[in-house]
Amino acid sequence: MRKTILAAVAGLLLAGSVGAASAADKLKVGFIYLGPIGDLGWTYQHEQGRLALVKELGDKIETTYLENVPEGPDSERAIEQLVRAGNKLIFTTSFGYMDPTLKVAKKYPNVHFEHATGYKRAPNMSTYSAKWYQGRYIQGQIAAKMSKSGVLGYIGSFPIPEVVSGINATMLGAQAVNPNIKVKIIWVNTWFDPGKEADAAKALLDQGADIIMQHTDSPAAMQIASERGKLAFGQDSEMIKFGPTAQLTSILDTWGPYYIERVKAELAGTWKSEDSWGGLDSHMFAMAPYTNMPDDVKKAAEETQAAITAGTLHPFKCPMVAQDGKEVECKGGKTLDPGQILGMNFYVKGIDDKIPGK
Amino acid sequence: MELVEAIILSVLAASTPLLIAATGELVTERSGVLNLGVEGMMIMGAACGFAGAWFTGSIVIGALCGIVAGILMSLIFALMTLGLAVNQVATGLALTILGVGLSGLIGAGLVGERITPAAHLDLPVLTGIPLIGRVVFGEDAFVYVSLALIIGVWWFLYRTRAGLVLRACGDNHVSAHALGYPVLRIRTFAVMFGGACAGLAGAYLPLAYTPFFIPGMTAGRGWIALALVVFSSWRPGRLVVGAYLFGAVTILQLHAQGWGIGVPSQFMSALPYLATVIVLVLLSRARTGGSTAPAALGTVFVPDR
Repeated sequence: MRKTILAAVAGLLLAGSVGAASAADKLKVGFIYLGPIGDLGWTYQHEQGRLALVKELGDKIETTYLENVPEGPDSERAIEQLVRAGNKLIFTTSFGYMDPTLKVAKKYPNVHFEHATGYKRAPNMSTYSAKWYQGRYIQGQIAAKMSKSGVLGYIGSFPIPEVVSGINATMLGAQAVNPNIKVKIIWVNTWFDPGKEADAAKALLDQGADIIMQHTDSPAAMQIASERGKLAFGQDSEMIKFGPTAQLTSILDTWGPYYIERVKAELAGTWKSEDSWGGLDSHMFAMAPYTNMPDDVKKAAEETQAAITAGTLHPFKCPMVAQDGKEVECKGGKTLDPGQILGMNFYVKGIDDKIPGK
Repeated sequence: MELVEAIILSVLAASTPLLIAATGELVTERSGVLNLGVEGMMIMGAACGFAGAWFTGSIVIGALCGIVAGILMSLIFALMTLGLAVNQVATGLALTILGVGLSGLIGAGLVGERITPAAHLDLPVLTGIPLIGRVVFGEDAFVYVSLALIIGVWWFLYRTRAGLVLRACGDNHVSAHALGYPVLRIRTFAVMFGGACAGLAGAYLPLAYTPFFIPGMTAGRGWIALALVVFSSWRPGRLVVGAYLFGAVTILQLHAQGWGIGVPSQFMSALPYLATVIVLVLLSRARTGGSTAPAALGTVFVPDR
């Protein structure tokens, strides 16, 4: 009797270990998300990327994600948790995970890490980001053509280089159409507060702006523009549902192709640490359909998009004049170099405002 | 002129959820209970309120769902702190965490859906009066309800016997108990009223302010409501002033940025909070007439048999 029980237990254990082995054959891929997957913005788009990955390589990999992970030191535990769970490739999808990711990467040299929008790398830690300013240049051009008042309204989150370069690209695109275009900028000092974003949109419209652009995450501003019969641009994801007659276009983060490419490399054993900074030519982001505008504006936008994709047009081409009237040093030959764009902390000529705290 | 009207309208919209939630918390605290779970009850009110309105197409039913959700949350709090005499601060914080998580779960399937927001009052002639027409006669029902609520609470606290008993529970529960008043039952009702108001305030966000649901959309408004109660030194009149002042500073700092007034936006964003601190300092200096906290606030009461 005893022997049969032992045999049964041994058999179960064996079966268990076999099961574990077959699961171990699959590559485990982990994701760390900043917000909830239903935020309709930043995290939602990363989740769409993960789903695209599962669809493409689902039979070879097993994915896990942790959502609502606050940035900063606390995220280190979350990343380590994914390592301990056996994940061999881990994507950390927000700027604030940079140092924690690096710390965990140093501790586990056999695990590969991918950090979004940061600049610190290691032999087992890559970085990836997109040149969203290219999309903003196109939006600026559309805005200048569509605005009747000649005043654009811009809702900023935090005055960091990524947002500042977005404002500059928008203005350069707009000035190419209308040199006298004005922009009103309101900083809400948050990425996500629907009420405050709506209030900022109302304030901009009340002050005479007729096009709303945003660098915050919720569709609240789009909805206000729609209610008032004005126009707006979405952010991160498709927001046309919230402004069917208002959305001109939206910059869509499309992480799927990148995630698939990197996981394929990992499966093939060819993964190596690198920095991917993709533009319109890379499928790292896309423009939502051009809607609510006349055909000639749409055509011009498509031409600009094609020129940027082909590399014949660069939003930050030289000579570029800063707000104070001085020409910006041209470190990249005919354009600004990546360092100048990624660290941009000045406004271009034509913006009558100051970067807060400068 | 139109701009002034537009600013006042924005201020009223931004202040209303704060006023409603703070009114409820004021009554709760006046009975001697400190419920720090306002944010959690609000976000549950937002999720359930939106769900109710989305399924039925009725803003009123949505608002009722929000109120019920707030009451259910507050009953958990009442069971813990009044029934089992658990620490109120810890329970309140736990209630917030529970509410944020649970509301995300409830609302998960509704993210991306939209509804028609609450209608604004539109009277012939009156609403058309320049400057004050839309401000006085063109608001949504929530704004009028919020004002009726705070007036009602003032009347209840200072003009009725029941209000006097409730305040007695908050100032000295032992004496109130000795006089034969059911302290715990009174406090339970006060906590439920606080929950109902927080739920309604939360429901206001997806039903009138920004008509969609997104997890975490209250974005800290429950905490501001709590601060407003302290700011008002537990008096309904000052609560109205505080809520509208807070809303006004929030909206005006946005406009100031649009006008290009050269003050850093980080400072502007901090301004409403700074104003709260300054008023608190002034109040504590001018002791005369400044009512202090209910004496038994936050203390556990276990009646002797």
